[in-house]
Amino acid sequence: MTVAATPAPSPATTGGDSGVRLARSRRNAELSLLLLAMVLVAAYMATVEANLLDTVTPDFWMPAAALGAVFLGLHLVIRFLAPFADPALLPAVALLNGLGVGFLRRIDLGEAAPVDREDLATFAGIGGRQLAWTLASVILAAGLLAIMRDHRSVSRYAYTLGLAGIVLVMLPAVLPSSISEINGAKLWIRVGGFSLQPGEFAKLALLVFFAYYLVRKREVLSLASRRFLGIDFPRGRDLGPVVVVWLISLLVLVFEKDLGTSLLYFGMFVVTLYIATERVSWLLIGLILFFGGAYLAYVLGSTVGGPFANFYLRAEIWLDPFADPHVKGYQLVQGLLALGTGGLFGAGPGGGQPDILPEVQNDFIFAGIGEEIGLFGLSALLVVYLLIVERGLRAALAVRDSFGKLLAGGLAFTLGLQVFVIVGGISKLIPLTGQTTPFLSAGGSSLMANWLLIAVLLRVSDGARRPVTGGAGKASRPAGGPPEQLHGAPTEVIKP
Amino acid sequence: MPALVITVARFGFLILLWIFVFTVVGVIRRDLFAGARSGRLVAAPRAVGASTGQAAKPAKVKRGRAAHQLVVTAGQLAGTRITLGEAQITIGRAEDSTLVITDDYASARHARLVPREGQWFVEDLGSTNGTYLDRAKVTGPTPVPLGVPIRIGRTSLELRP
Repeated sequence: MTVAATPAPSPATTGGDSGVRLARSRRNAELSLLLLAMVLVAAYMATVEANLLDTVTPDFWMPAAALGAVFLGLHLVIRFLAPFADPALLPAVALLNGLGVGFLRRIDLGEAAPVDREDLATFAGIGGRQLAWTLASVILAAGLLAIMRDHRSVSRYAYTLGLAGIVLVMLPAVLPSSISEINGAKLWIRVGGFSLQPGEFAKLALLVFFAYYLVRKREVLSLASRRFLGIDFPRGRDLGPVVVVWLISLLVLVFEKDLGTSLLYFGMFVVTLYIATERVSWLLIGLILFFGGAYLAYVLGSTVGGPFANFYLRAEIWLDPFADPHVKGYQLVQGLLALGTGGLFGAGPGGGQPDILPEVQNDFIFAGIGEEIGLFGLSALLVVYLLIVERGLRAALAVRDSFGKLLAGGLAFTLGLQVFVIVGGISKLIPLTGQTTPFLSAGGSSLMANWLLIAVLLRVSDGARRPVTGGAGKASRPAGGPPEQLHGAPTEVIKP
Repeated sequence: MPALVITVARFGFLILLWIFVFTVVGVIRRDLFAGARSGRLVAAPRAVGASTGQAAKPAKVKRGRAAHQLVVTAGQLAGTRITLGEAQITIGRAEDSTLVITDDYASARHARLVPREGQWFVEDLGSTNGTYLDRAKVTGPTPVPLGVPIRIGRTSLELRP
């Protein structure tokens, strides 16, 4: 007892101290928001059971409680390890994740035989699987927060991570189809009954590499440029490695037949470049390249076929899903009908028919949820995504080093772009490309990678919001004092 | 289950969802409008102005307003704000500076800002290219008025209330 009692006060007092002296860390706001989010998830599950079973089972709150416990754990980790992290990130993500688990459980309930419905175990079915993945992902995110005490330390492993990213992207393409192919897309590694999508993790690794490389090179990229057609282009050798990384991942992705992810990588690349160089010309070049590439793929798909046939088919379905509503356009048409049936306020949680939607647990989860909560609820979910992205960009704006700015800005943008690509796809704004809806869709790799992304954002926002007080100790050293690792190259001298 | 209960649960859930959204917005509202009234953003720096600065303030500082933020107005970190406390701010390319600027024309330890009796002083730390307060080169510790740019390499900084 005494052994346990003595070390206990020390973290508590230091936490209290910093809370008094400094800006408010707002951890209590985070905690109450988190509780509200979990109440929402429990309310959702109760409504689902009331609708589907005509009664609310006494243990309807079990999944919400399990989620709440693990999120509470993450909250405590944040409280001690990243006390100034953004208070809105964790509850917002927890809500999306919780509703995702709730909806997947709702699909399980819908599919189970009526007699089994009332005693569906907490960890049964895809809902239970998702719950288990959530627990693992949150623990991993907490681990990342514990290991990475300062986001700048990641930049030390930038090249390693860049290499790892390429390997992860290429791995499924190289492996035989029996291991790597699911539904025509070679994106997976299947071992036993366990499947992983390494590309999700590659996203994070590549972004760290991009951010680090562009911080190093951005002076050169934005100054030593050649003017061509009124737009400044950087010299080839400065841009070489990044373009090579991008081309490799793009080629592999076309080869793996997953255009959604390649669009994601492309957008990520262009936006990091834009943030680094502050040149609008990069956005223009990116948009032109993208639309040109998409059109080219469309034309090639209609004439040559081969690897582009898939894209051509998707574009055709997008242009007119009702041309073949029973076979090719079936999924999209059913998604649109589901959204339409939902109307303004939806059929109520548990009141829809998500089981007739193909892939409702993955790509079409947003349409499935939309049928039940309507436009009113869907827009709330979209606003929650918007808030998460806004908090990420805010952290990027406020953080004091360029690497952190690029990293957080790129991560937040990637998350937003992914939501846009999939929600735009199911609502027929853009051609549908297979993407997971972050935190909602069933899928362990996506969930885990996105939780790691949130952990990085939390860490950066902690660095950004932490008030400056620690400066006194280091700065009291004489200016020319002990040798330290300085920031690279010698100072340029201004010549008079 | 009576239909009424289900209807109430259904709409109650939607309303709760939006209540959550607005609560989150309420929590982050200060940050969203941080630029508009930033003086209240953080309570800590008041200690500098309130306790020690009260007597000495009217003499020099413009209308007695204390600086609460250091804002980067030009250069690569433009838009960055640092909330000022009682600690000094070091500026340079060294990774352990308070404000790490990636500016080829800045030295590793370029300059520092020191608070003294409610007034911030800028001091050059023997940099290669010098520190400028507006147009004048900084030689010794120089008081920094609000809103006057401190120029370091290609970067400009200002104190804001």
